[in-house]
Amino acid sequence: MNFDFSEEQQMVRDSIARFVQDDYDWDTRKAIVASDHGISRDNWKLFAELGWLSIPFAEEHGGFGGNIVDLSVVMEELGKGLVVEPFFPTVVLFGGLVKRAGSEAQMAEWLPRIIGGEVLGAFAYVERQSRFALHDCQTTATRSGDGFVLNGEKVVVFNGEQADHLVVLARTSGEQSDRDGLSLLMVDANAPGVDKMSYAMMDGQRVANITFSDVALSADALLGEEGAALPVVDALTDEAIIALAAEAVGIMAVLNAKTLEYTKTREQFGTAIGSYQALQHRMVDTMMAYEQSKSLLFKALCEYKQDPAAAAETIHALKVLIDRNGKHIFGEAIQLHGGMGMTDELDIGHYAKRLMMINTTFGDGTYHRNRFIETAFAA
Amino acid sequence: MDTAYSNEDLAFRDEVRGFFEEAYTPELRARMRSNHKEGAEEWQRKLYEQGWVAPNWPAEFGGTGWTATQKYIYETERSLAGVPNVIPFGLVMVANVIMAYGTDEQKEYFLPRILKSEDWWCQGYSEPGSGSDLASLKTKAERDGDDFIINGAKIWTTYAQYADWIFCLVRTDNSGKKQEGITFILIDMKSEGIKVNPIISIDNHHSLNEVEFSNVRVPAKNVVGEIGKGWTVAKALLAHERTGIAGVADVKRAVRVIKEVAAKEENGGQRLLDDPGFQQRLADIEVELMALEFTELRTLATQAAGGFPGPESSLLKIKGTELQQATQEMLMEIAAYYQGVLPVDLDPDALGHEFATDARLSYMYGRAATIYGGSNEVQKNIIAKYVLGLE
Repeated sequence: MNFDFSEEQQMVRDSIARFVQDDYDWDTRKAIVASDHGISRDNWKLFAELGWLSIPFAEEHGGFGGNIVDLSVVMEELGKGLVVEPFFPTVVLFGGLVKRAGSEAQMAEWLPRIIGGEVLGAFAYVERQSRFALHDCQTTATRSGDGFVLNGEKVVVFNGEQADHLVVLARTSGEQSDRDGLSLLMVDANAPGVDKMSYAMMDGQRVANITFSDVALSADALLGEEGAALPVVDALTDEAIIALAAEAVGIMAVLNAKTLEYTKTREQFGTAIGSYQALQHRMVDTMMAYEQSKSLLFKALCEYKQDPAAAAETIHALKVLIDRNGKHIFGEAIQLHGGMGMTDELDIGHYAKRLMMINTTFGDGTYHRNRFIETAFAA
Repeated sequence: MDTAYSNEDLAFRDEVRGFFEEAYTPELRARMRSNHKEGAEEWQRKLYEQGWVAPNWPAEFGGTGWTATQKYIYETERSLAGVPNVIPFGLVMVANVIMAYGTDEQKEYFLPRILKSEDWWCQGYSEPGSGSDLASLKTKAERDGDDFIINGAKIWTTYAQYADWIFCLVRTDNSGKKQEGITFILIDMKSEGIKVNPIISIDNHHSLNEVEFSNVRVPAKNVVGEIGKGWTVAKALLAHERTGIAGVADVKRAVRVIKEVAAKEENGGQRLLDDPGFQQRLADIEVELMALEFTELRTLATQAAGGFPGPESSLLKIKGTELQQATQEMLMEIAAYYQGVLPVDLDPDALGHEFATDARLSYMYGRAATIYGGSNEVQKNIIAKYVLGLE
């Protein structure tokens, strides 16, 4: 029984925390979000130099060879700083698909470029009608000669505005909601027939709706086995949910700390509002919500590290709890900051919005409660 | 014990329903979104011409003279038709104060102008250091002949950027208890020495402001009620503010919208509206809403019998705002990924979603409902002290 982080993990944590403290203060982050591209390419290069982009990839491809715990440390610290550079879309999703489904040649082609900060990627998987059921897929990739022709539309693609390359989930056979017949395809975001409508999200991300009109793809665009993408995507989803939960736990810690500090200094009726028992109890509740979230994250980490397939039930539970406790914590943070919590100027609302987007990504609490019931109640 | 509508009531309901259908056009709805000030003015002028802009005013001042039931029917139909409330600062708030405490001169000058929406009003209560503890306010008014000289700052002032007038609580005396020495005064926003600083809120919009006063000269005849008795005036106004705040009919409409849009969302073939967990949460909201509707009716009946909305109205504020936020949260959940879309002008066809922007705007700004008008924590203190007698 040991919940300590290794010395290496502690070093990564410290390195990101130092970056956030020294180089990513609130005004800097605001300026990056407001800039033309919404991210800093210089920061991205720095992340590569510091080795953060290499964490979840094997050493043979130039990676750090990190496990799920290493990844969660990175996500938690990036969450504390509300870092908008596209680590999650590029490293966790795009890179996660390449490392899971890619051939040796594809891994050799893509992973070093991801690790080196040379490529920004995205995973295009949401469709207008799909909601959280990823197999509900109308985008098609039809065989044509040696290659494929891609047609369809993906929406709210994270990092869709800046990504150079996309992994697209498309149907190569079967009906709209079949679980079989889905494939992953590597697509150049600037290829003929690829059109983007980019827009900003409330958490500072830049996303895009992307349409594919007769996009010609060569045979080696196929990532993994044709028609068998869903298990790969499901496995990626599990890792992505843990990564997002770690980010959420980092955000919760910041929100609770800032709110606690505010209630100790804000005076009304001649005394700090934190001296009122009614508010003290509410802050005890948010503290407990944070600790419970962290505990379930640790359980998911331990199980996933042992055997990813055995962690399914806990991962559904984790998404449910992060959703509930996230809403609880950011709701109280805004409420207890009063009018100040309502301002765009203060960071509180921005942490709240990131938690809201985390909650909806790869299925919200309602969705995962149902998946949990299916898994845990199955006789 | 009876709430059945009479035939006259039913005829009135049909008349109101017909008016909203005809008068609140899609063009007007669009204008309210693109240019809120002009849209709201246009709509309020229409209501004025119809004679319905001030349902709660006594007929002698240009109100409708409606019964309590008719007012209730009107409010219900307004919400169900998706018609926004009138801007409350003039028509609801300061008008009530002027009617109750104003001089004849103030009534004759201000009330007709408010009725015709000729003046925009805003409310100067909160200060940077005085939120929940409103009585600790520090904005100072010093007597100088026939005038007061005002110095200080007000914050969270909705629509100060449009306002012609602001009604303010200011401190005219520092010597006694903090509730004493507060005066209610009307200030022309065009006066020299007033500066309006915008505050962007978490819905990324500009409706809130900070208003600074530097040696602003205001005639003493603009005081409403007695000098030093502003706290009594303010408390009466806050109780008025709280009754409308329950928004029962608005929550009813939100529930209807939730059912409509959740019927169109599917997870792998299962409609979200058919999801048992989703259904249970929506049912919990509806159950609480049914009760709140009758809690509000009981309060209205007390008022109709000549009572004044008292500390019980705090209950309406707490429960009403909790339900508003619960429905806003469900709409965000239904919007899923689209809840985060920031631009408000994307074509829904291109975006692939229709109600996400409305969901985000009302959810984000809706966080304020439990903070403004006396935070829900303060409302609970009021109930504890004045209803339950706990000191």
